[in-house]
Amino acid sequence: MSDVNGNGKFLVGIYDDDDVVLSAVKEVKGAGVRIQEVYSPFPIHGLDVALGHPRSRLGIAAFLFGLSGTLTALALTYYTEGFDWPMIVGGKDSYSPVIYVPIIFELTVLFCALGMVGTFLISNGMGPTVKPLMYDLRTTDNKFAMAIDLSKNNIGEGDIEQILRKSGAAEVNIKQF
Amino acid sequence: MASAHAIPSLDEEFEFTADSKRRLMIGIGAGVALVAIGAYLLASGVGSHETHVVHEAGAGAHEGGGHHAYKWTNRLWANVWLNAVYFAGASVIGMFFISYNYLAQAGWSSAFKRIPEALPAFLPFTGIAILAVFFLAGHDLFHWLNPALFDPSSAEFDPIINGKKGFLNMPFYLTRIVLYFALWYMMWRVIRNYSIQEDLEGGTEYYDKSIKLGTAFLLVFGVTSSTSAWDFVMSIDTHWFSTMFGWYTLASWHVTGLAIITLTVVSLKEKGYLKIVNESHLHDLGKFMFAFSIFWTYVWFAQFMLIYYANLPEETIYYRERFSGFGGIYKAPFFVTLFLNFVCPFLILMTRDAKRTYIILKLAAWCIIIGHYFDFYVNIMPGTVGEHGGFGPIEFGMILIFACGFIWSVSSQLTKANLIPKNHPMLVETLHHDI
Repeated sequence: MSDVNGNGKFLVGIYDDDDVVLSAVKEVKGAGVRIQEVYSPFPIHGLDVALGHPRSRLGIAAFLFGLSGTLTALALTYYTEGFDWPMIVGGKDSYSPVIYVPIIFELTVLFCALGMVGTFLISNGMGPTVKPLMYDLRTTDNKFAMAIDLSKNNIGEGDIEQILRKSGAAEVNIKQF
Repeated sequence: MASAHAIPSLDEEFEFTADSKRRLMIGIGAGVALVAIGAYLLASGVGSHETHVVHEAGAGAHEGGGHHAYKWTNRLWANVWLNAVYFAGASVIGMFFISYNYLAQAGWSSAFKRIPEALPAFLPFTGIAILAVFFLAGHDLFHWLNPALFDPSSAEFDPIINGKKGFLNMPFYLTRIVLYFALWYMMWRVIRNYSIQEDLEGGTEYYDKSIKLGTAFLLVFGVTSSTSAWDFVMSIDTHWFSTMFGWYTLASWHVTGLAIITLTVVSLKEKGYLKIVNESHLHDLGKFMFAFSIFWTYVWFAQFMLIYYANLPEETIYYRERFSGFGGIYKAPFFVTLFLNFVCPFLILMTRDAKRTYIILKLAAWCIIIGHYFDFYVNIMPGTVGEHGGFGPIEFGMILIFACGFIWSVSSQLTKANLIPKNHPMLVETLHHDI
């Protein structure tokens, strides 16, 4: 989800261990705090479930990109070989979808792959000119960060800090964008 | 261990109930009755007139042109052969599955490991059926068994088939067939014993041994899966050959085996067994079926397209026979194969939820199991019975006999060991399998 394009004041809890951050997510959520996102150097199993993220719709996007590739290939091969410039090769029909299956397959894969790369860049706010938001640089190395958008929580800043520390945060920082 | 969910009991004894035994007996009985009816219909129908011709041929008279006259029994034997090849493949895939899972040191599959492990017990029956058909009716089914083809002085001398003499000759062929079944079955017996010993004694000794044996089996199967495909299926159309045929048959057998494993796991879960198998295991099995259906289609299509594109008469005849030859009777099964083996699993199993739903998994598994029967039907029947083929009581009956026998064999194997490999070193991993 495109929760990354944050704006405003954030409280960032820094954790040292993936098991701790996973149990902290449940604890913090249980205390009624709304978590913006958790950042980790590597995928943590079960984190998306614990955060309650809705299921990714990437599969649907992939299917539609692939389908557009299939249709493009069908249209391309039909227009060129079946309509614009029919040719007879090896005594076979000038247009037979059978011989174009490799093209149809390859364009399906190509459209799907390029489409997914584009989707990934857009949904993660990682376009070429976009300056990425870093809640804490150390999440690319060995730390785990839990970001909490203060404007989206009714609980006071001091209370949230208490909750984060209690859940095992090694430090709690304030980050302003 | 951080997770809090309780681990279900690991002691599960499969019970092969008297009721299911009775139903399987009825199935076999019905199959025998259907075959008898079919045989009677064939013997009293079109077949009788042609039997006469065969008697003359048997007396030594060689008519020009036709190599073997058709007898109604050909269809009976061709059906036994078809089912034996199909179920031999489905059985040996059980061994193949556990072998590559050992080699990959896969943990997730150990939860239901006893199911693939139970499949190869049916191998001796299919082996006997194949040898019996070969001895009783080989000359009617296999064109290359006609000695005149290899005799330069004969009018029937065939230089192309003579060129294949080094491989397609009676002693070597028989040796190979016996060797396949002996190797497959023996290696399975050993790995099965390791597995049962491991249940009793524990430790990692049997696991290490199984990895070695599984790897050896994969080497053996890497060669024998291809050569057995040539022997069992491709040698029927003696002139024709395809370099993709070994792969193609392996793909067909493999996805059938995976569908049978999935179907068995789901059925056992529905009966309350295999409590440790969770949605993630089913999801992975679903992915397996999905992926290997596409793999089969890929090989099928690669073989078809090369032949279509090259347009060489000696190659296209294979598809010509199936597409429009013999009065077009093989056109329907030809397309049913593609529909059931590609379109159905592809669309049914595409979504994540589908792979986690019992009924949808079962539907896809049945499509694949039936579809690959037709795959072998389309490959075997045109070369053995030609225009006398069809789909009647004899086909249904033979499927019933073999299928019920196969289910019986698998069920009785499942009773012989605890349904969960209690001391498998990867058991903890499979208990927590989560994707």
